[in-house]
Amino acid sequence: MKPRSNLERVLKEGHFAVTVEIGPPKGADPSSITSKAAVVKGCADAYNVTDNQTAVVRLSSLGGCKLLLDQGLEPIMQMTCRDRNRIALQSDILGASSLGIRNMLMLTGDHQLYGNHPQSKGVYDIDSLQLLQIAKHMRDQGIFQNGEDIKKGKPVLFLGAAANPFADPLDYRVERLEKKIKAGADFIQTQSVFNLERFAQWLDDLRSRGLDTKIYILAGITPLKSVRMMQRMKYHVPGVDVPDEIEKRMMNATDPQEEGYCIALDTLKEIQQLKGLHGVHITALFWESILPRLIKEAGLHPRV
Amino acid sequence: MIITKQKPLSSLLESIGKGPVFIVGCSECATVCHTGGEEEVQALQKTLEEHKILVTGSVILDPACHLHNSKRLLRPFKKQIEQAKHVIVLACGNGVQTVATLTQKAIAGNDTLFLGEITRATEFNRQCSLCGECIVDHFEGICPLTKCPKAMLNGPCGGSSNGKCEVNPELECVWIQILEQAKKKKTKNTLAAIQPPKDWSQGLEMRRTLDHEAKK
Repeated sequence: MKPRSNLERVLKEGHFAVTVEIGPPKGADPSSITSKAAVVKGCADAYNVTDNQTAVVRLSSLGGCKLLLDQGLEPIMQMTCRDRNRIALQSDILGASSLGIRNMLMLTGDHQLYGNHPQSKGVYDIDSLQLLQIAKHMRDQGIFQNGEDIKKGKPVLFLGAAANPFADPLDYRVERLEKKIKAGADFIQTQSVFNLERFAQWLDDLRSRGLDTKIYILAGITPLKSVRMMQRMKYHVPGVDVPDEIEKRMMNATDPQEEGYCIALDTLKEIQQLKGLHGVHITALFWESILPRLIKEAGLHPRV
Repeated sequence: MIITKQKPLSSLLESIGKGPVFIVGCSECATVCHTGGEEEVQALQKTLEEHKILVTGSVILDPACHLHNSKRLLRPFKKQIEQAKHVIVLACGNGVQTVATLTQKAIAGNDTLFLGEITRATEFNRQCSLCGECIVDHFEGICPLTKCPKAMLNGPCGGSSNGKCEVNPELECVWIQILEQAKKKKTKNTLAAIQPPKDWSQGLEMRRTLDHEAKK
């Protein structure tokens, strides 16, 4: 079958894939996306556009993806279940596909209590697994969740999901991933990896079940820009595992920003050696400008 | 009161399998709803026995949602519960979970519908959504959040016709009720004010503990 997107092509051809995250602005000015896009163009095979990440209102993922498409970058549209019910989500899948958006990443979403509208009502009509399955059925069988046929034009989709190798309960994590594969995930982007040892263990568990041949795994990489950011990730972001050793490296550094860059670079180099890994997903929060250098020095440039 | 209805017998039989079972009822809401009182427990026992399912015993908890009371009341039935493969709980979702904690083999005999009024002995009406911050004072003592299927807080939608709701023609439009009430009471029309979006975070509490300081 012909690849549905550039990302799928890269992965299918067996190249080590790179995806990069672009966070939309808290406003309607398109230049804040297009200028970021200009900086990171050529760094990745596809670019995630987040969906009101951490439950903070921003320009929509759909809007951001269209802006990227217009600039010649391939988007990955993130979709969460927090703000839309199954009617809206299916409608947006159709709308996005009609605009040429092929990659979608299905998430449950961060709880609204931690965002900037804590008084809002969370929707959570369906969860990420159900959304994956609905999208898969729309694509493969041409049916909506209610069983009705899609009229004229099944959406063309390459479906992604998230996985956290560091969250509890550890021994259930691989099973849950298997469930996501069953539901319809074609690729996985993981939580940011700082604890390489534990990540490698998780990957081994996947391989022992043969899952690395059933789905493409992209490891999350986040360059730490400052000591404060490291502390936030270590102590306040749920599900992130920053080992003490990384904390020490950041605390003792004369130039923490450069140290954070080096940690990311080291991780990128080491992680490419792991068996069963198909790529990386780099999230440089408010630090997109570092990406061209990082990709180059990690030996991942030019893209294929 | 928590309003429940009994699950259809077919679905109950499916989860029971061959049995044997022990039956638990509840002295409060499920008794008033006729879904889990003495009578219903006995009726279910009879039905199950007709289906050749052994019933090892039964008890009415007082009420099922009270963890310690339930523990105490279940204790004399230890043997019968041990003999049973399942404990069918004819109570609300809370009662089922409390019994599940105590026996590890509870199955739900009822479906839990809403928090409502006993309007007549055989009629119950949904009244409250447990939203965490009561707003009925703004609406003549009537909750549109609960009683309007769209939870409209700023007047009736365009689907209200002949005093009925577009979602369910048997349902009176709650906004007609609110407006009539306001007219009757000749209250100044406070309904003109735009109601701001609701603070849903008030309804997210998972646990409440009464500390001694607050009691003083």
